[in-house]
Amino acid sequence: MPFWICNKILFTVHLPITHALSLPRIEKIMAATVAAAAAIASPLKCGGSFSSQSSPFSGSTRSFHWRNNEKQNVRKGGRGVITAKIDLKPPPYSLDALEPHMSRKTFEYHWGKHHRAYVDNLNKQIVGTELDTKTLEDIIVLTFNKGDLLPPFNNAAQVWNHDFFWESMKPGGGGKPSGELLELINRDFGSFEAFVNEFKAAAATQFGSGWAWLVYKANRLDVGNSVNPRPSDDNKKLVIVKSPNAINPLVWDYSPLLTIDVWEHAYYLDFQNRRPDYISIFMERLVSWEAVSSRLEAAKARAVEREKEEERNKTEYEEGDEANPEAVEMYLTSDAEETDD
Amino acid sequence: MALRTLFTRKPQITAPLGFRGLQTFSLPDLPYDYGALEPAISGEIMQLHHQKHHQTYISNYNKALEQLDAAITKGDASTAVKLQSAIKFNGGGHINHSIFWKNLAPVREGGGEPPHELLGWAIDTNFGSLEALIQKMNAEGAAVQGSGWVWLGVDKEVKRLVVETTSNQDPLVTKGASLVPLLGIDVWEHAYYLQYKNVRPDYLKNIWKVINWKYVSDLYAKESS
Repeated sequence: MPFWICNKILFTVHLPITHALSLPRIEKIMAATVAAAAAIASPLKCGGSFSSQSSPFSGSTRSFHWRNNEKQNVRKGGRGVITAKIDLKPPPYSLDALEPHMSRKTFEYHWGKHHRAYVDNLNKQIVGTELDTKTLEDIIVLTFNKGDLLPPFNNAAQVWNHDFFWESMKPGGGGKPSGELLELINRDFGSFEAFVNEFKAAAATQFGSGWAWLVYKANRLDVGNSVNPRPSDDNKKLVIVKSPNAINPLVWDYSPLLTIDVWEHAYYLDFQNRRPDYISIFMERLVSWEAVSSRLEAAKARAVEREKEEERNKTEYEEGDEANPEAVEMYLTSDAEETDD
Repeated sequence: MALRTLFTRKPQITAPLGFRGLQTFSLPDLPYDYGALEPAISGEIMQLHHQKHHQTYISNYNKALEQLDAAITKGDASTAVKLQSAIKFNGGGHINHSIFWKNLAPVREGGGEPPHELLGWAIDTNFGSLEALIQKMNAEGAAVQGSGWVWLGVDKEVKRLVVETTSNQDPLVTKGASLVPLLGIDVWEHAYYLQYKNVRPDYLKNIWKVINWKYVSDLYAKESS
């Protein structure tokens, strides 16, 4: 029997639904089931050509995997349980691609065990809750909770940190940056060498577990959710900061550009106690300056957007716009009514 | 059996002004070979842990003490205060690890043998049983975010045993001025990673086989008298 399968729409539903889920959740799943059934029954419109040969399924199996780009993501769980939506993203290179500077063995544990556990544990914590509908960055900011960390913070931030860390490196990395990034480094640190020294010192002196960061600082003095660690610096400059455990610069409303993981698990298999050697190799052989540059572009664009928005809000306020009296209060998320639970 | 000083302190006199002695510290010897705690803790880990990590804390502690001494002598309050975190990190590291080495013993020298008498009764009273205490310490040790320690201590004020955790190298006293550490388990990743990798709970499960309860009991008896 011929049927059209759009290779973008795949759908899996697993029943029974466990009693552990709250009722509204079950309603959502029922709705999804009905929608999916309807989708399969009617002709599907997808971009591009499709034929039975493009179907990933052959033979008579009639199970479909459904994945879309929206926030709801129903996936197969271990025992038919609906799982939440944060994914374990693989690094943008194979696990042995950074040898000999960062071994495959390290990746098998660091990505395959540590990062994976943060993802799995986060999903367990947020499934069936409001957090499950939010982006990872929103979850981080919400659970940071002005420094009074809620349980999902550690896992959420560590998921983000590790995604960001893998993408900060590349095979054949290292060397020097160029273009505007190099200009800003020279402007804000004096020289590339001075920047490297300061970054290495920050990474070496983050006591215990944590991270060192190059960030683009273009934020308000009052960051609302947290305490600005560098209030005296001018805005719109590059700075180096370090953070303990899972904390990252998102909670200070900075734009991270580069990070190095200095938890011992990041380097112990390859370097044992020799953290300074690990940091040097990272700078000389692993840093992806392309990634840093493109993050800088995005950060600058965000800063410009924000300035425009602040101007707009200031103008509205000055013109006595009563329709939006809260416009001048800047929150990190657009949901001004977040309650602290 | 030769009695060995477990906590050797070789004072070095560094006196910028000639008459003030500053006591600095050196690495205490382990009362057992690096490999003697296997298979619970590998010889490779013991050697790195002792010769590299503990030694580094001592070196940095000594350096911070010398700088602090100079600052105090000059009346440089700002520097003296700025040095406090280096002193807590490194001095705490030295204190904690010195306790740790004494908390461990090879099986053939009594490691793993459960406590009796005074400490045994106190554990049963405070926690129900030794198994319950171990379970509690394992759970809290596994739950430490990042680096730190899990402790069995005695609160000298209320005369009770307590289980506490501290972050980084904070000594137990940072959790309460009347707390005295009896037994500490290092849950920094360097304490177990080469052998147990990410599976901290396995490290915690196994370390009890080499815990020197005799030392812990004697210390408890002394602190409760």
